[in-house]
Amino acid sequence: MKFTALSRLLAATLISLLVSTSAFSADIKAGDIHIKNLWVKTPPKGAKVAGGYVLITNTGKTSDRLIGGTFSSARKVEIHEMSMKNDIMMMSKLEKGLEIKPGQTVELKSGSFHLMIMGLNNTLNKGDSIKGILQFEKAGKVDVEYMIKDAPATSKSKHTHH
Amino acid sequence: MKQLRTILWLAVASLLIGLAVILAIKPSLITPSVNSLATRFGGPFVMTKHDGTTVTEKDLAGKPYAMFFGFTHCPEICPTTLNELTQTIAQLGADADKMNFVFVSVDPERDTQELLKDYMANFDKRIMGLTGTPEQTKAIAKAYSVYYAKVGDGPDYNMNHTASIYLMNAQGQLAGTLAHQDTDKTRLAKLKRLINNK
Repeated sequence: MKFTALSRLLAATLISLLVSTSAFSADIKAGDIHIKNLWVKTPPKGAKVAGGYVLITNTGKTSDRLIGGTFSSARKVEIHEMSMKNDIMMMSKLEKGLEIKPGQTVELKSGSFHLMIMGLNNTLNKGDSIKGILQFEKAGKVDVEYMIKDAPATSKSKHTHH
Repeated sequence: MKQLRTILWLAVASLLIGLAVILAIKPSLITPSVNSLATRFGGPFVMTKHDGTTVTEKDLAGKPYAMFFGFTHCPEICPTTLNELTQTIAQLGADADKMNFVFVSVDPERDTQELLKDYMANFDKRIMGLTGTPEQTKAIAKAYSVYYAKVGDGPDYNMNHTASIYLMNAQGQLAGTLAHQDTDKTRLAKLKRLINNK
């Protein structure tokens, strides 16, 4: 009897956890900009940087740009592009941000564009959700929450050639 | 006329003999791919391990090793590579002790031994993290033909660097590489081959 009560409680806790988790990764809409699946790859403990990834869609009639952001447990966020040339891994900061054309969905993903989160002042653990802002030229500052997750197993084959 | 022809033939003959002699001394000229790569790789270096001890090329001699270059302020490739290598080492089990795993920092300014010690604690303890002075870093990168360059200013600069993992055999020659897109299976197979071919 006791056991079933306990397992019911466990199940209820699990369900509420699942519900709240999915609530975090829900789409965010700010004017014509839709932000989906914003996450940060769990960095090694002691790491000072982390990579953030997201899907951004512009449903409007004019171009917008992702120009920056904040991350509450880090000093700064920049938009970077990673590329591989002749076996050399290259990082470059997108000084003018990342353009999202009308009707376009831009994916910030492993091995390509990413949010470069710098100066981490806390250890990030899998399952954490961290508040911050994504800033757009036209849509302005958008409050977001970054989910801390491990990389999906499938990302492996994708981050090479474009 | 006849004399000129004789002289020309002699010239051709001596050229051919000369070429044969050169090739006999340096056969690598006609098989440049593996041989010259192997001899171009490796060389003397002095670096500090994440636990504070000094490591030189002599500490790596006699065992195969995997060596790659990176930096801890790297969001993507370096931690991924270290995580993947940690998995592969677990799969290798006791065989992993038959080789060395070396992560070399190309960011001597920020990657102090203390920072590297904390960072390496995230990964298999058989992976050694090496850092050094700017000069020591330059020397080891040169020995392994590794490119690295600082990009940007201030405390948040980036490093561009060679991404491959070099696989060195027990004789200290380049035996292959682990590419970034290799699957778990390929990685494991390549390391097993490296261990068994010593």
